[in-house]
Amino acid sequence: MQFATRSSPHLSGRQSITLVMAQVLLALIPGTAAMVWYFGYGVLINLALAITTAVLAEAAVLALRNRAIGPTLIDLSAVVSAWLLALALPPLLPWWQTVLGSAFAIVIAKQLFGGIGFNPFNPAMAGYVLLLVSFPVTMTRWLPPEIASGQLPSLAESLHIIFSGSPPVDQTWDALSSATPLDHMRTELSQDRTMSEIRKSPLWGNFGGHGWEWIASCFLLGGLFLIWRRVINWRIPFSMLGALLAIAALFWVIDPEGYPMPFFHLFSGAAILGAFFIATDPVSGATTPRGQLIFGALIGVLVFVIRTWGGYPDAVAFSVLLLNMAAPTIDYYTQPKVFGQRRSDET
Amino acid sequence: MSNGYRDIVVGGLWSNNQALVALLGLCPLLAVSNTLINGLGLGLATTLVLTLSNASVSVIRNWVRPEIRLPVFVLIIASFVTTVELIMNAYFHGLYKVLGIFIPLIVTNCAIIGRAEAFASRNSLPRALLDGVSIGIGFTLALVVLGGSRELIGQGTLFDGAHLMFGAAAADWRWTIAEDYPGILLAILPPGAFMGLGMLIALKNIIDKRLSGRKPAPASVAPEPAVAQ
Repeated sequence: MQFATRSSPHLSGRQSITLVMAQVLLALIPGTAAMVWYFGYGVLINLALAITTAVLAEAAVLALRNRAIGPTLIDLSAVVSAWLLALALPPLLPWWQTVLGSAFAIVIAKQLFGGIGFNPFNPAMAGYVLLLVSFPVTMTRWLPPEIASGQLPSLAESLHIIFSGSPPVDQTWDALSSATPLDHMRTELSQDRTMSEIRKSPLWGNFGGHGWEWIASCFLLGGLFLIWRRVINWRIPFSMLGALLAIAALFWVIDPEGYPMPFFHLFSGAAILGAFFIATDPVSGATTPRGQLIFGALIGVLVFVIRTWGGYPDAVAFSVLLLNMAAPTIDYYTQPKVFGQRRSDET
Repeated sequence: MSNGYRDIVVGGLWSNNQALVALLGLCPLLAVSNTLINGLGLGLATTLVLTLSNASVSVIRNWVRPEIRLPVFVLIIASFVTTVELIMNAYFHGLYKVLGIFIPLIVTNCAIIGRAEAFASRNSLPRALLDGVSIGIGFTLALVVLGGSRELIGQGTLFDGAHLMFGAAAADWRWTIAEDYPGILLAILPPGAFMGLGMLIALKNIIDKRLSGRKPAPASVAPEPAVAQ
C-alpha cells in the first residue's frame, strides 16, 4: 500500500499578499479617521482619487505587459501604495496633481521595474517626492487642524477647491492654509526665535504639533496592531524612532532653546506613519535582522538631519528613498551566518 | 565595421546612435538637455568637434605610432574643443554662458574619442568625415528630442531661448503649450533627464522591434538602459 508523501512544509500559514495588505489597510484606518477629523473631506477625496488612479493605472500597465490583471489587482498592493500617498498629500491639493502622483507611483516606480516585489523604491514615496519637487507651492499648502480654526471647508467646498484649483470666492489661500508645525518651527528658528517663544504658537499641542500629535498616536496604534499581527516586525520602526529620538534628545540637551523637544520630532510630521507603514515596506527595505536595525536607524538620523539643516521641513520621504537605495548594500554586509559556519570561513 | 557609406550614415543616426545604443557621452547629454535649444547648441558643438577630430585622426593615422595614439587623439580633440569654445564665446555668448562648463567638457565625451579610436584611425578621410557628421547628427538628434520633451513637460514651452542661438529675430519663436500650464519641475531637474533617456531608449527598442517585424528573434537587442554617470 502506498501513501502519498509530501515534502515539508506540512503546515502552511494563511498569510497571503492580499491578507497582509488588507491588514495594513485596517491598521491605517484609525490614523486616516483622525486626519479626516482634523483636516476635513479633502483627505477622503484625495484617497478616492489616488486609489482609483492607482488601480486603473495598474490594470492598464498589466494589460500592456500581457499579464493577468485579476490576480495582481486583488493583492491590494496598489491600493496600499495609493492610500499611503494620499495620506502624505495636503488635503486640498488640485485633483490632477493627486492623479499624477498616484499614476507615477504605480507606472514608473512600481510597474516599470517589474511590478510588486521588484520595485527598488517605495512607490508611494516616489510619487510623493515627484509632487513635492515639482509643485512646491501647492504641496506645502496645508490646512490648520480643524479645532484651532473652527472652519473646515464643507464637502461641496472641498470638491470645488480640489477640482477648480482655486480657493472659494470670498477667501484666499493665505486665509485658508496654514504652516505645519514643522514648517512653523523651521521658519521661526531661522529668525532666531527661541524654542520657548515658538512653543506659545497655537500650532503646538501637548507633545507634538496640535492635531498632528493625535494623528500620529492613531498611526502608532495601527502600527502596534501590525506588529502584533506579525505583518511587520519591530526592528525597523523601533530603530528608526529610537535613532530619531536619541539624536533629537542629544541636541535638545545641548541647546534646549535651539532645538525642539525630542517628542516633538516623533509626533509631528510623518515620523510615526513613516516608521510603521512606509519604511517597513518588505520589498524596498533591508531584509536581514541586523540590516533592518541599521536601515531604520539611518532613516531616523537622516530625518533629523534633513529636518534641522536641510531644505525641506519634513524628511521621511527623502530619507526612506535614500535608504531604499542603500538597502541592497546593507543586506550584503549583514548576511546572517548559516548555522555551523565558522568565523574563519567568513573571508 | 560596415563598408558602404549608407551603412555609416544609418549607423551614426540610428543603429549605432551614440546616445541611445552605445550610451556614450551621457554626462553632457543628461546635464544640458533641459531645453531644446540647449540640446541643439551642445549637439552642434559636439558634431563640429567630432567631424574635425575624425578628419584629423584619419589624415594622420599612418604617421602616428600605435603606442602614443591615445595621447595624440586627446590633444587633437582638446585643441578643437578649445577652438569651438572660443568661437562660441565670441559669436554665441548667451548660449555659451548657458552651457557653461559643458562646452570644455566636450573633450571628455567618450563618443568622440571612441569614434577616433574605433573608426577614424582605421578608415580613409571621406569615410571618417562622413562618420563624424552622422554620429554627431545622431547625437544631436537625441539631445534635441530629449531636450524638447523635457522642456515641453517641464515648463510647457518649445524653442525657449532661441535668440541665444539664432539672434534677436528668433526671440518670438518660443511656443507655449498653454498660458496656465503649471510645469512639472521634475522633468527639468536631473531625475527627469534619466527618466527621459530611459523612455527614449525604450521607444527606440519598440520601433526596432516593430521594424524587424516578422523576423525571428532580432539578432541585436539594444542593451538595457543601464545607469551611467
